[in-house]
Amino acid sequence: MSVLAMTGLVAIGSFAAGMLGALTGLGGGMIIVPMLTLVFGVDIRYAIGASLISVIATSSGAAAAYVREGYTNIRIGMFLEVATTVGALAGAYIAGLISTSAIAVIFSLVLAYSAYRSFQPREEHSIGGPPDKWATRLRMDGTYPTPQGLQPYTVHAVPTGFSLMFLAGILSGLLGIGSGAVKVLAMDQAMRLPFKVSTTTSNFMIGVTAAASAGVYLHRGYIDPVLAFPVMLGVLAGALTGARVLAGAKVRALRTVFTVVIVFLAVEMAYKGLRGGI
Amino acid sequence: MSEPLWRTGRWSDEHVELFVGNLLRWGVIIAAAVTFIGGALFLSLHGGRIADYHVFHGQPNALKSVSDVVANALRLQPEAVIQLGLLLLIATPIARVALSLLAFVKQHDRTYIVVTTVVLVLLLYSLTGAGA
Repeated sequence: MSVLAMTGLVAIGSFAAGMLGALTGLGGGMIIVPMLTLVFGVDIRYAIGASLISVIATSSGAAAAYVREGYTNIRIGMFLEVATTVGALAGAYIAGLISTSAIAVIFSLVLAYSAYRSFQPREEHSIGGPPDKWATRLRMDGTYPTPQGLQPYTVHAVPTGFSLMFLAGILSGLLGIGSGAVKVLAMDQAMRLPFKVSTTTSNFMIGVTAAASAGVYLHRGYIDPVLAFPVMLGVLAGALTGARVLAGAKVRALRTVFTVVIVFLAVEMAYKGLRGGI
Repeated sequence: MSEPLWRTGRWSDEHVELFVGNLLRWGVIIAAAVTFIGGALFLSLHGGRIADYHVFHGQPNALKSVSDVVANALRLQPEAVIQLGLLLLIATPIARVALSLLAFVKQHDRTYIVVTTVVLVLLLYSLTGAGA
């Protein structure tokens, strides 16, 4: 296939991935790496490099809109970033040591877990209650705008959240994804933040985490500009389009379709990885 | 656009957020434009080549460090122009962290000055290649 034809096809695929990722809230990065490796036969290291770039694009693109709404808790985000950036650097380092087959198998497990998580109902916890002593010391408790005015919330289980974020960072650096599923687990379930706060703060963190790994990938020569450019522009355009049509979309049906696709990709990737085909 | 922060001297959260929003929006727009120009340039010159990403070769040194990418992009070497666009994109979250650091300095918030400095140093360590 010529570079021109491949660029066009990758751009179309990335547009679809970005749009589905925005509509379902699962993120486009989850689907870029399997698409490039399984459909286009791209080496998984180039695929991860291109995916990381697209993760930063969607994160910064969405954050530009989120910032004004006042949900992002920059203190929580920045504190947890210490864990995710250290994790991301470690993950990017590990990626250079283990075989591409092992990376493919780990990727398929994370894909399967994300698909499972997306079917779990996301329940809003009772906000309030006594905060964690770390949260008090680090002045993490905040307020967020609701139709009834500013609503205060308290933050729980900071050490657990911090540890989970370290894991999220490792996965992000190792696999070139945003690790949104693990970040949401840490902030919703462990730290019990309101949805709007955890979603926007997690989005902020995803961009910073991916930037930490992207530096290492750049110097290793994993970021191929000719492959990364249709991925970045496609995912970005798809994510922005997805965010616009979000209001009228049948998100439930889409999420089901997307999850089926992800499960299929996970099985395919595990199979090829175990056979040494990746 | 609101008045720049350094001129008004007001570092209320609202001002910082507005400024950060604009920074991110323009960062992404400029990065996407540079990437697009580099990509169009590359395809017009080499679009007929056979795509080969099946075997991993790694990128040449000219595309691996920030200084080499900038130097080659200024010579309008297409792949370097794309890579420069990607670097600008990587820089947007880093700029956001740097701006948060300034805001914490203005607020005399010692704990978060330390926390944010750690994050920023890690990011710059990764980008400048000290960790590779």
